[in-house]
Amino acid sequence: MPAEAPPPFLFSGGGAFVPTGRQTPMTDVITRAEDTKPAPPVVPPKGGAKERWSRRAPLLPALIFAIIITQVPFLFTIYYSTLSWNALRPGVRDFVGFDNYLTVLTDDRLRSALLNTVILTAGAVIFSMILGLGLAILMDRKFLGRGIVRTMLITPFLIMPVAAALLWKHGIFNPDYGLINGIFGGNTAWTTSYPKAAIITTLVWQWTPFMMLILLAGLQSQSNEVLEAARVDGAGAWRIFTTMTLPHLRQYLELGALLGSIYLVNTFDAIFTITQGGPGTATTNLPYEIYQTIFSKYEYGEASAAGVVVVILTIIVANFALRVISGLFKMEEGR
Amino acid sequence: MTTMTAPKPAARRRLGNSIWGIAAWIAGIIFVFPVIWMILTALKQSKDVTTNPPVWFFTPTLEHFSTVLGGNITPYLLNSLMASVFSTLLVVCLATPAAYALSLRPVRKWTDALFFFISTKMMPPVAAVLPIYLLTVRIGIKDNIWTMVILYTSMNLPLAIWMMRSFLLEVPKEVLEAGEVDGAGLITSIRRIILPIVAPGLAATALICFIFTWNEFFLAVNLTDTVASTAPIYLLGFISGRGPFLADLSAAATLLSLPVLIAGWVAQNKLVRGLSMGAVK
Repeated sequence: MPAEAPPPFLFSGGGAFVPTGRQTPMTDVITRAEDTKPAPPVVPPKGGAKERWSRRAPLLPALIFAIIITQVPFLFTIYYSTLSWNALRPGVRDFVGFDNYLTVLTDDRLRSALLNTVILTAGAVIFSMILGLGLAILMDRKFLGRGIVRTMLITPFLIMPVAAALLWKHGIFNPDYGLINGIFGGNTAWTTSYPKAAIITTLVWQWTPFMMLILLAGLQSQSNEVLEAARVDGAGAWRIFTTMTLPHLRQYLELGALLGSIYLVNTFDAIFTITQGGPGTATTNLPYEIYQTIFSKYEYGEASAAGVVVVILTIIVANFALRVISGLFKMEEGR
Repeated sequence: MTTMTAPKPAARRRLGNSIWGIAAWIAGIIFVFPVIWMILTALKQSKDVTTNPPVWFFTPTLEHFSTVLGGNITPYLLNSLMASVFSTLLVVCLATPAAYALSLRPVRKWTDALFFFISTKMMPPVAAVLPIYLLTVRIGIKDNIWTMVILYTSMNLPLAIWMMRSFLLEVPKEVLEAGEVDGAGLITSIRRIILPIVAPGLAATALICFIFTWNEFFLAVNLTDTVASTAPIYLLGFISGRGPFLADLSAAATLLSLPVLIAGWVAQNKLVRGLSMGAVK
């Protein structure tokens, strides 16, 4: 996606995140690439500058493309954020320094948008994670038609998000002819009475397959021999699950939470289609709030400042999450 | 010992497995049910669509599919097809050499480059949309499908690079070295050794980029008006309808989701790898 901050600032220690130490087959996530890595990656270039450039050449088109399309707009966003700029007041574009940031940080709407973002993201990630774990455990055994069930389970993730949001809004949540009231009776207007829950339900439905796939991969990377040995030693299923499977799954859980949060923090489709941020501002998250600031209020300066704030928050969350994972790897190594 | 106790645990385990199997089937049906409901609704007669309680048995009709297809859906479909196909091609052309330079024949600071790419994926698009919007308006490329192709390429590039890198790392180093000893040049080793091994990975990468582009909404809604609108924008006409329109909506949603459903079902074994940027096999 477009926009971001320079990487040395973000992930100053890429190397710390991808540790070079020996990994057991159990610490499989991300480091797996490292395991099969052709020896030490930093090969001292033999042919000097020419050799270095021949190595760099295949990378350059993608690198230049990514810098132009994603970095340059963000620099402009930073610049705009220092201007007092409303498109409805033509010609007036004064430099105001950090005024927009002051407005953004003291504004109630933005604070409630931030809170809504946290609630919606955390709710969707936590519930889809719990359901995904349950489903992954179910799918981790052989049974008749496992392939078909897996295909059924990943289907929600593949439905176009706008289509899924409309399907839930009209087909399922509608008070008069929606499926929920149709089956269970009553006339609850789900999207207006429980707007956050309605959004989270739709997101959980779409994202549980994602969590299931990651956690299932984690379960299947567990060594069968070790599990069998534990069973022979008389360990019960619950004990094996809590003392062996869960610790093994921990990094997969973290990876799912991290990636899920990064995708879900940007939730826009569901809010745009189901509630339009309402009722009131009950489901207005940061992307939707900034969208409105740009395209309904034309407050370009303020919207840019809010955008920069969102980027900084994302950097903090992403950096923190990556550090947690990296710390985990170190812990595994130390054992 | 094992011979004596084998039958009993085996039988018990088989019973246990079939109970788990039934539970998994129920879970699968629950999860897929809204989709089935969508397809059923699309097939209902208009009078059966908005009943309460819902009608389960009805004479199916394709009337709503033909309404949708007979309407103005075609330009949206063509736009989505163009955006998806061309941006996927462009992504693959940019990502594969880059992944090569970050794996088999790595540049010096390959970790930095790799993390630069993933960090571009983590940043919210909402923070860049304003400058892009203003620029496209000023130079007259707003509402242009090629603008969308470029933006979707940058959206999928990190994912494709990470994914392709994970596939390229599966090429055994010994085979590559043996090829070099036998005098295989770069082109030969790419064509004869690397490509056959990573071809399935390349296909999976392309399918996943296709899926993300086809479903993209935020950039499409902000940067297209009438000419370049993609499939998700078509559905916006259904945001605030009431009553029997639900059948048309369901038919349209089914039709527009179909390409991605097929792509996803085909790529399902590689799906998790793409979604986790190649981190999980």
